[in-house]
Amino acid sequence: MSQAVLPKAYTPAAARGARTEFDAGSILRSGLFYLGMLALALIFVLPLIWMLSTSLKNDVQTYHVPPIWLPWPMRFANYPEAMRAQPFGLFFLNSFRYALLTVIGQLLSCALAAYGFARLRWKGRNVLFAICLATMMIPFQVTMVPLFITFKHLGWINSYKPLIVPAFFGSAYFIFLLRQFFLSIPQELSEAARIDGASDLGILVRIILPLAKPALAVVGLFQFMGAWDNYLGPLIYLNSQHKYPVALGLQLFQSNFVEKLAWPYLMAATTVTILPIIILFYATQRILVEGISITGIKG
Amino acid sequence: MAVLSTAASRSHRQAATRREWRRFVIGMLFVMPWLLGFIFWTAYPILASLYYSFTAYDVLNPPRFIGWANYVNLFQHDNLFQTVLGNTIYFVVVGVPAVLIISFLMANLLNKEMRFRALFRTAFFVPSIVPAVASAMVWLWMYNPNYGLIDNILATFNIPAVPWLSSLRLAKLSLIFINVWASGSAILIFLGALQDVPRSLYDAAVVDGANRWQRFWNVTVPMSSPAILFVAITSMIGTFQYFTLPWLLTQGGPDNATNLYAVYLYQNAFQFFKMGYASAMAWVLFVIIVVFTVLIFRTGGAKVYYGGQVD
Repeated sequence: MSQAVLPKAYTPAAARGARTEFDAGSILRSGLFYLGMLALALIFVLPLIWMLSTSLKNDVQTYHVPPIWLPWPMRFANYPEAMRAQPFGLFFLNSFRYALLTVIGQLLSCALAAYGFARLRWKGRNVLFAICLATMMIPFQVTMVPLFITFKHLGWINSYKPLIVPAFFGSAYFIFLLRQFFLSIPQELSEAARIDGASDLGILVRIILPLAKPALAVVGLFQFMGAWDNYLGPLIYLNSQHKYPVALGLQLFQSNFVEKLAWPYLMAATTVTILPIIILFYATQRILVEGISITGIKG
Repeated sequence: MAVLSTAASRSHRQAATRREWRRFVIGMLFVMPWLLGFIFWTAYPILASLYYSFTAYDVLNPPRFIGWANYVNLFQHDNLFQTVLGNTIYFVVVGVPAVLIISFLMANLLNKEMRFRALFRTAFFVPSIVPAVASAMVWLWMYNPNYGLIDNILATFNIPAVPWLSSLRLAKLSLIFINVWASGSAILIFLGALQDVPRSLYDAAVVDGANRWQRFWNVTVPMSSPAILFVAITSMIGTFQYFTLPWLLTQGGPDNATNLYAVYLYQNAFQFFKMGYASAMAWVLFVIIVVFTVLIFRTGGAKVYYGGQVD
């Protein structure tokens, strides 16, 4: 394949020679490479460092030109003061409850559906799975209006029900992800359990799920982060401020405080909002990284 | 004998259909939560949305059938819609290639042998897990004229402040830059694809005398093309539905320069209570997304190289 495409203009010796020589030039080059990488990495994390730095400043430091990176003295009081300015504790509880309940809902329903699609052979399975995949193509905007009207008729507006209940009915993307993983588990394991008299539910719970822990973790993680991040859904369904999740709470905070130019407070609140996600990321980094590259390739 | 055997085969057949029926019931039971959810939260809303798109509906009064009027209004009488559609296509045409090119290059850098690779990878990836609202707040402050980081640094050198979010010329690009900043998951997908490229292909290319540039174009790019196609399509769809950042950072301004499709649709539905009109917009959006998907497949899909084709 590659031979057909490539012209043979360069000698292999020249290509190899450039690679193996260790001289001042190559040391300089690798030094420049690391410097470049460091600069790029800094560009990516700079906004977050700036956020953290601002969250510890007083007013003078905030509006100082040139910018101050390491404020001294640090004003840690910004954090408790910002948390008290709005009921952030309540917003956090709301978000955690919402995120955890949807994680439970997705794991239960998606594991069942993925088992049905991956490990059982029955008439109609392929048609239904194709439909399931096709629903991923539908933009949220198409179903947004009728769903709002349905939930309004059910009297679910201004509650978390429209955000939580559908999670107990699964999501095509997670079903697809779990199904791919379930397919990779050897069929002999299920057969052996079946001979021992296990039912399908028993096989799922006792054999498949323990083996699929990494995939379940990816689903749980994605769902938690998605719920924590979700802004449009709560914006549509929730009216009372005391029901707000952190996403809406942070925006409420911003609209109340920006006129007073309280940037350190806003950045403190933003830092606190990001914190659970960063902690979760560090705790599960490996799973997350693998999960994303798996979905990309298999998708 | 003959009678007996037909009776036996009939009972065999009955047993077989019974088994098949039993399998069907068990299979259906497992997918039932999803199937019910599909009917309640997808199939019915799709049909309802299609119906609403042909009605005038303000939620308080029952929907009133008005035929194609919503669609005709969108394309013939709503100048703002034209602007919004143009803006959104600009975001797709400029923003998606920007994300693709930059994250692919970053992934190639990360794929080299180096120290601190995990640290660099984390640095590139972390912005993408920052919740959208939080990143809106961070960038509101970054882009703040006078005291935000960028203008503050400019002020240090006595360069006048640049209105990143309120300038007609810059507002779109400022928002697109945030997308590039948060494209860590694309970097990871590309990195996964790059690590699957067999080393032997590079060795063969070197033997054939290919330089670094030729190896990149003739080995790296074709071997990662499925991942490139995947990221192109998902980020195209994501851009068409881009809501939180334009909503929070610019509220569609200045002068509707960043008013995007999802923002205008939300406003029609939940601020102007034109549910029928918003539904028509949603269907137009769906058709546009399908057209763009087909377009990407047509132009890029032919060049996509799947691993299965080797050997």
